[in-house]
Amino acid sequence: MSDDSHEELLAQRETAHDEERQREAEPSVGARRAAAALAGVANVPGVAKPDPILVADDMSRRFGGVTAVEVEHLEVQRGTITALIGPNGAGKSTFFNLITGFDKPNSGRWSFDGKDISGAPSFRIARHGMVRTFQLTKALTRLTSLENLMLGATGQRGERLLASLLRPSWARQEADIRARAEELLGRFNLTHMRDEFAGTMSGGQRKLLEMARALMVKPDMILLDEPMAGVNPALTQSLLGHIEALRDEGMTIVLVEHDMDVIMSISDWVVCFAQGQVIAEGRPDDIRRDTAVIDAYLGTHRSLQEEDPS
Amino acid sequence: MDVLAVLSVAIRGALGPEAAIYALAAIGLNIHFGYTGLLNFGQVGFMLVGAYGTAISVLSFDAPLWVGVIVGMACAVVLALILGIPTLRLRGDYLAIATIAAAEVLRYVYRSSFAEPVTGGVFGLVQFADGLYALNPFSGPLELGPLRFSDRALWLMTVAWGTTFLAAALVWLLVHSPWGRVLRAVREDEDAARSLGKNVFAYKMQALVLGGVLGALAGSLLAINSQAITPDAFIPIITFYLWTIMILGGASRVLGPILGSIVFWFLLTFLDAFLRSAMSAGWIPGTLLVPSDIGAVRFAAVGLGLMLLMMFRPAGLIGNQKELRLDVR
Ligand SMILES: Nc1ncnc2c1ncn2[C@@H]1O[C@H](COP(=O)(O)OP(=O)(O)OP(=O)(O)O)[C@@H](O)[C@H]1O
Ligand SMILES: [Mg+2]
Repeated sequence: MSDDSHEELLAQRETAHDEERQREAEPSVGARRAAAALAGVANVPGVAKPDPILVADDMSRRFGGVTAVEVEHLEVQRGTITALIGPNGAGKSTFFNLITGFDKPNSGRWSFDGKDISGAPSFRIARHGMVRTFQLTKALTRLTSLENLMLGATGQRGERLLASLLRPSWARQEADIRARAEELLGRFNLTHMRDEFAGTMSGGQRKLLEMARALMVKPDMILLDEPMAGVNPALTQSLLGHIEALRDEGMTIVLVEHDMDVIMSISDWVVCFAQGQVIAEGRPDDIRRDTAVIDAYLGTHRSLQEEDPS
Repeated sequence: MDVLAVLSVAIRGALGPEAAIYALAAIGLNIHFGYTGLLNFGQVGFMLVGAYGTAISVLSFDAPLWVGVIVGMACAVVLALILGIPTLRLRGDYLAIATIAAAEVLRYVYRSSFAEPVTGGVFGLVQFADGLYALNPFSGPLELGPLRFSDRALWLMTVAWGTTFLAAALVWLLVHSPWGRVLRAVREDEDAARSLGKNVFAYKMQALVLGGVLGALAGSLLAINSQAITPDAFIPIITFYLWTIMILGGASRVLGPILGSIVFWFLLTFLDAFLRSAMSAGWIPGTLLVPSDIGAVRFAAVGLGLMLLMMFRPAGLIGNQKELRLDVR
């Protein structure tokens, strides 16, 4: 490569960076909308939100002597990116399991979009529009990537036993689903894996696949359990872009994440778990200074570093 | 030794109605295991209720044979529901235990003396399929060199292979549809399917019923083929032949069970005929093997063949070898 083109490349990259910085400087429509909605909300655990899509009450789950989850009250504001943070074993994944019907709580009631869904089976909760991904990915290994995604579409006529024999009755819908799946594969940089078995994918690719598959359901709310774990930095950046775009389109996103830079850059609201309980919630900047969060999760070193801009 | 005679016996075995019937029952098993991942170790139980449903309808209720066949399939639906409702929400091994036990319990119930007035007890039932033989369109035997098929055999082969290929076509349509995609997803990871809004229990139930009904149809054909059934024809080893056939051909392949059955029956009848004629030609000394051992030896040889196959083609003859190499995490 000649010096000239190298220079050019660097210059290009510089402008790209500038654009990115600019974008970060001015918050997107969704971010502004979320900030406005959450403006008057206090930073106390269990605080009520103006327009909650998910409301959970008195949720508890015990494993033998361990109390994995003990949440008195938690609301998630519609159309926001809400981050769940907390130390390992704090009960974040267990909380996901409970509200999505993959685990049964010892007690608790929760409602989604105004409907009481306590105790509903997991597949029904997914059909209501609340879809989750798993911390340990569940790729359907002997299905191709495309099939993995196509499976996610809901209301498929051809999924009924008798209708499945009448190809003309579902062929058009199938073509639409395929087109949507291919579009999503492209968005997640997986087009080259289209016809490969999902079992041949790397760990990070599986994370991407699972998120794309969940989006095929067209959920109103998506729960992402560490979606960025094992995904390379460049792709993490674009993934964050996708997540923000989804929020801007009106979707509600709850994500578990340990990377504080990620949390600070995209979340509208942060909920901190420790030992099964919600110990703090609030806007990212407030959470970073919250003593309870510092003690339980961030540690003093990390928080001081964050607070000092120099 | 007459090589041609041995080969023609083997070919007759491979193309005979039994091969078709076993293929059909294995197609049912393939829906269970190959596509849905259900562990059914009692497919022979579905065959039994199919066979007896047919025979009893004809003999005790004077129903036409075709009605009997439908009754047999209805019995399989009931059996599948009884087995599936309590176990399909649990881990896979519960279905395995329930099916293996149910098949044995059924055999004992049907052979017990209190059931004898209806089932014929240990003596079984005979002469219930005249309705089908009356329809035989073939008037004379077919001779192809050393191969000879009687008109009765031709008719049975037509019916049995026709049914089997129809069933294979049905399965092809089903598994190449979104319904089949959900089934395979359930096989791979039930929780993933649930997280996408699929009613996993309902799909497993549908698969269990469908595969069981094909098993019952195979049972009906088995009964019709021999015009005689006894409960002791439905022993657990039959289920394991079906598993052998499915794995031999290639699980989760539409034509796998058919190919598997043809190869299985070819090997079995070939070894039988070969050992017999080798023995009468004096090639095998009587101190080494006596004719009554042949049955056991041929199964041992088939077992050995299966072991070699698993070592060199673990996904079966037409299975997707690449698919099998994926580590299932
Ligand atoms: N199936 C289970 N059986 C027993 N204990 C469990 C089970 N699942 C979770 N736990 C316990 O519940 C607690 C919460 O676990 P959970 O997986 O929810 O943590 P987490 O917040 O997601 O942690 P991480 O950040 O490491 O993913 C832990 O103490 C864990 O040991
Ligand atoms: Mg977790």
